[in-house]
Amino acid sequence: MSDIRQACKALVARILEGDGTASHTMRRAAFDNAGLAPPLSTVVDKLAKHAHAVTDEDIAAARASGLSEDQVFEIVVCAATGQATRQYETALAALDVAIEKV
Amino acid sequence: MRLAILDSGHAFGTKALFAIIRTVSRQPTPEVLKLVMYRPDFFGKRMKEVTHEAMRGPSSWSVGDRELMAAFISKVNACEYCIKAHTAVSARAYQDEAKVIAVLDDLETAIVEEPLRATLRMLRKLTREQAVTVDDIRSVLAAGVSRAQIEDALAVCFVFNTMNRLAEAFEFLVPGHQAFEAGAKFLLARGYR
Repeated sequence: MSDIRQACKALVARILEGDGTASHTMRRAAFDNAGLAPPLSTVVDKLAKHAHAVTDEDIAAARASGLSEDQVFEIVVCAATGQATRQYETALAALDVAIEKV
Repeated sequence: MRLAILDSGHAFGTKALFAIIRTVSRQPTPEVLKLVMYRPDFFGKRMKEVTHEAMRGPSSWSVGDRELMAAFISKVNACEYCIKAHTAVSARAYQDEAKVIAVLDDLETAIVEEPLRATLRMLRKLTREQAVTVDDIRSVLAAGVSRAQIEDALAVCFVFNTMNRLAEAFEFLVPGHQAFEAGAKFLLARGYR
């Protein structure tokens, strides 16, 4: 499945390093769930920990902070992908250790 | 959808494609398609490749198994749209809806192969707690699951932990049963590319 790890890396590289309407700094912060200020930090943290709880108001607050819909789109995509990537990498690292020490 | 661009901001050719899909399927344009077809160069194009590889690429898990993992992870994340979508695909792939419903209802009592059960337990913990330990992985290996199978299951978990979050954040509208049946037929015939 090295193909899929490459495909995931290409996805992450594109959303963080490629062209976008949100700054590279903001996309990286959303991906890492670190270094953002409210209200954006609120929606990004909810997305990471309990996405089901995100509300209309959270998205509206992000827009009201001066972000366009395209910027919110990018930030949400980065936040969701970031959390899933951390889970994936943590589990793959545990798998590596488990295989070595079986 | 909480962002208007995801409902109506697509390129002209994409809107034309959506109109064809609505006519042929006699169902609304799937919300997930609206997401991955919006500025596809940013996210959707590469995400579709990742998803297709995870769900239809070479693996010793069957398509039904992988779709069941997708539905199960979506249940842990309380993502109604994705639960319904992938329950329908898994049930159709297995030709056994009862099995899928039983696993989603109670993994511990469901009649399911032990390697699959052990893998689903680990995916549940990873999704719920954001991490698993080396011992968690060892339990899966001890149940007879290979390293490659664990890697394949983790790829499915990556896809659905991303997509569940997006479905919830953008608030995908949940359509009726027929729409998910039409979607399941399409996804089994064509995959995710």
